[in-house]
Amino acid sequence: MLELNLILVFIIIGAIIAIQVKDLLSAVAALGASGLGLCIAFLTLKAPDLAITQIVVETLCLIILIKATIRKDLPFSTSGRWFFNTLVTFVFLAVFLYFGYKALKTLPPLGKPLMKISQFYMAEALKEVKATNVVSAITLNFRAYDTLGEATVLFTAVIGVIAIMRKKGRKKIEEADEND
Amino acid sequence: MITYFLCLVLFTVGLYAILRKRNIIKMIIGIIICEYAVNLLLLLFGYKMNGRTPIYSPNQEILDMVDPLPQALVLTSLVIGLATTALIVGIAIRLYEKYGTFDITKIRNLKN
Amino acid sequence: MRTTNNHQEHGMSLVVQTVSRITVGLILLYGIHIVLHGHLAPGGGFAGGVIIALSFIQLVLAFGKDEALRKIPKPFISVLESIGATLFLGIAILGFLGGYFFLDWMNKGKPFDLFSGGTMIISNIGIGLKVSLGLFGIFLVLILLKFTPKK
Repeated sequence: MLELNLILVFIIIGAIIAIQVKDLLSAVAALGASGLGLCIAFLTLKAPDLAITQIVVETLCLIILIKATIRKDLPFSTSGRWFFNTLVTFVFLAVFLYFGYKALKTLPPLGKPLMKISQFYMAEALKEVKATNVVSAITLNFRAYDTLGEATVLFTAVIGVIAIMRKKGRKKIEEADEND
Repeated sequence: MITYFLCLVLFTVGLYAILRKRNIIKMIIGIIICEYAVNLLLLLFGYKMNGRTPIYSPNQEILDMVDPLPQALVLTSLVIGLATTALIVGIAIRLYEKYGTFDITKIRNLKN
Repeated sequence: MRTTNNHQEHGMSLVVQTVSRITVGLILLYGIHIVLHGHLAPGGGFAGGVIIALSFIQLVLAFGKDEALRKIPKPFISVLESIGATLFLGIAILGFLGGYFFLDWMNKGKPFDLFSGGTMIISNIGIGLKVSLGLFGIFLVLILLKFTPKK
């Protein structure tokens, strides 16, 4: 799996650039490069459904982030206890990496999944449901409750965005500020 | 094993941005990177070496498919991630409108 | 700052408008194809819904929000999104005709046909409507906002 490791190193480099660069628009562009690398990783892992979804979701996410960040300033200030905070953060991340490494050692090795439940799904998808795409059969027939919950979360997010962005609330807040 | 560890390193990069950066947009970028890492790790658990895509074909019999269950779970998670990202961006825009900056320490000072 | 307001009201230049007049329909058609073939090929309601939302978003970005909202009125968006959500829930509740929630009661045809897989194609259409118009609604709300930062 050398190519997968190379793609992962590319994604990590893109993520580090996106975090460390000063300009916000450059950071969003580097994040987009990282997401396209993730799309290629999905293709390498034999998941074309996820690759299609990832590439369009990445585009829409980029449009929303650029809309939020265009023509905004980025004040860069290193005040306070800069060295102490960075040191504490790095110590915490090192401890996190150590324990994560110990936990990942107990997993089955890459390329040999257990697949106890999935054998039932793969056998029944063509016989019972008569659908050729097994992933689509799982999301819409065997595990349709998950999709129902996903639709609920999406609906809640839409209502949340509209409630945050509506104009009436903004006017009332401004009036309250004037009264203060 | 090295692939799992690289995934963990990617998650750590996102966690560093959430913990250490002051700009709200950088924090949102960190959250998105964490989502990438979790999705990729879930998908890696179901990969079978030299497997085929889980789609049947009319002319040939496909026996060695990769695990389709993590793919179905991640497919739901991608769209939810986009919707929650839009919600967080909306909250960040409202914060910028009210305080005029993205810096959280300045926002904390302006509140008092 | 005046140029930005102008930019948002009237859309982009003539070249972009002419090209996007051709490509918007093609992108919309491709999204519908992805939604309808969700049970046979890679894709499905999620990916196709986001592609349809991207075609609407291209309309807004190229022609400006007033022109786009005249072509796609707001009641159209909210009614179609509600229809999508109700379609998916209705498929689930109609399963009670045979006994339990999410029962596949439709006639399943032969495999590798377009009309096969029972209720999956209707569920795909419902999810596609819901995802596409929900995401387009989020984008419209974020676009319609005027930035007035208080200094």
